[in-house]
Amino acid sequence: MNNLLRKGNRGKFFSKFLANYGQEIVLLSSMIILFIVVSQVNPRFLGGNNLNTIFSGNAYIGVAAIGMSILIITGNIDVSVGALIGVLATICGTLAVSGYPIWIAWFAPVVVGMIVNSIVGFIVAYAGIPSIVVTLGMMSILRGGLISVTGGDWITDMPEEFFLAQQNFLGIRVPLLTLIFLTTIMFYLMSNTTWGRSLYAIGGNSEAARTSGIDLKRGVVLAFAIHGMFVGFATILFATQLNIIASTVPPNLELTVITASVIGGVSIMGGTGTVIGSTLATILFAAIGSSLIFIGVSAYWLRAIMGILILSTVLADMARRRRASL
Amino acid sequence: MRVLIRHESILLLVVIIALFTLSIQAEQFATIENLLNQGRFLTEVSLVALIMTFVIVTGGIDLSVGSILGLSAIILGVAWKKMGLPLPVAIGVALSVGTLAGLFNGIIITRFRVPPLIATLATLALYRGLAEGISQARSIRGYPDWFFILGQGELLGVPTQLWIVAFFTIFTGFILGYTTWGRATYAIGANEIAARFSGIAVNKTKLFIYSASGFAAALAGVIFVSRVSTTRSDMGMGLELDAITAVVLGGTSIFGGKGTIIGTVFGLLLIQTLKNGLSLAGVKSDGTYVAIGFVLILTLLISNLFNRSSEG
Repeated sequence: MNNLLRKGNRGKFFSKFLANYGQEIVLLSSMIILFIVVSQVNPRFLGGNNLNTIFSGNAYIGVAAIGMSILIITGNIDVSVGALIGVLATICGTLAVSGYPIWIAWFAPVVVGMIVNSIVGFIVAYAGIPSIVVTLGMMSILRGGLISVTGGDWITDMPEEFFLAQQNFLGIRVPLLTLIFLTTIMFYLMSNTTWGRSLYAIGGNSEAARTSGIDLKRGVVLAFAIHGMFVGFATILFATQLNIIASTVPPNLELTVITASVIGGVSIMGGTGTVIGSTLATILFAAIGSSLIFIGVSAYWLRAIMGILILSTVLADMARRRRASL
Repeated sequence: MRVLIRHESILLLVVIIALFTLSIQAEQFATIENLLNQGRFLTEVSLVALIMTFVIVTGGIDLSVGSILGLSAIILGVAWKKMGLPLPVAIGVALSVGTLAGLFNGIIITRFRVPPLIATLATLALYRGLAEGISQARSIRGYPDWFFILGQGELLGVPTQLWIVAFFTIFTGFILGYTTWGRATYAIGANEIAARFSGIAVNKTKLFIYSASGFAAALAGVIFVSRVSTTRSDMGMGLELDAITAVVLGGTSIFGGKGTIIGTVFGLLLIQTLKNGLSLAGVKSDGTYVAIGFVLILTLLISNLFNRSSEG
């Protein structure tokens, strides 16, 4: 079927585009429809700084979801990402308060994130223990360790220039800009470089990847390290958006990040998906959450409605994939 | 020699070492009273973990159990207090809703072929959301005294719910180890296509297992409400990861096809021993999570090392 499409004319090109980026198109059109409908009900939704605020507040989830997508594409997963963001945010804030230069405070989460995840990647690749299990253990260690060390205290009184996520650049909040920037770069790297293609090969067919000369183990460790870097970036946005750093993160943050990746079209079986999808999914879900409030739905029903939406997206995606594979 | 390097044997050794060290460290630890009392805290996660063993042996996973627990607890409270049903009937309704929630997971997984991780990730949000929406985040209390026998009472000197766990353990251990149902569960996890071709009703078995998982979570919910005397919509949050930790610690392969009930029981015992023993020895409860994380990773590392050397 793919060969047929490749030979075709412009119409065929369109259907190939549709087959490759189906999920991204679905997400984008849902978002446009959502904006039109909600702004009819409540015009304030599109007005003022509302969209800028919603997207910026959730950008860190999108950044973490980029890293998660890379991992899932190689056939791995990380359930410790929420706990890690909590730990890294505390490190970040502590450094800022203790008088270190701001760039060190910003840089530390990226480095520590990479180190922690390289260790996880090393255990996964060389000891052969499934990533879901190693990261489950890691989650326990990080979460327990964080509360033991901080005692649940909040960090306050960071210097003024620490709050990167509250800045604007060209009228757009820095977090949203960061998300767009990182998504674009990663999308390019993953679709146009040998390294990027090797990620898909590792997750899609590891045996074929091995015989074509890809070092599977090194590839997995590297994917974890890059994921750790993105968790570090996400942490900077998370830690600098409010004037306090609590020693807790939103409950089930890891599941939110995984959901964004998967709804964005990254197959949990590995081997497919793009980071544009995961970013669109993050933005869409942030927009849905906010629009439900704008049209006056009780906050207690939000999660149930989100659950139904996630479920219908998954089912629609499965149906689309099955049609595509026929 | 083979028996000695089995995962379960290594785990048993770790449990014994932990018990021994902790009883030296803290005097209150090795008292019958304390150990039985610990059983109460172990009940909810045990019920869920026992069925989770089946789920993981088939190569699946059920992340929605914590949410099903919360939803069933809310249904129990609402059916009894708001709808005025007699409490036994309300318990029945709660258990049925939990089972149906599990069945619904099973239908999404078997009929629509959604990977279990994704399917139950979606229903995790959905069921918790229903619990929050139905309860409007209000707690329900004031249950009659007889209801607390389940979670706070004793039968022949042993906490009531421990009898239920004991029954569940023997029952599930028997099913998984000695019946065709059990063999079918392993066969599905080892090679689903081969299982299908050898005439095993794969979908039916999976539907049944996911329903059972929902039922176990609902039963855990009812016992939870009885133990803490109140119903809240955030009950059981994070339970899924505790249960999965116990099952995996017990030697069940996350890829399916391998695992035993006795392994899960040892896994549960080790986790609770660490939690209680360390807290009696003066470690804060959060510190014990660090220990559990290390034990999980180290146990699997050691077990993998031995298994690899015995195979090679």
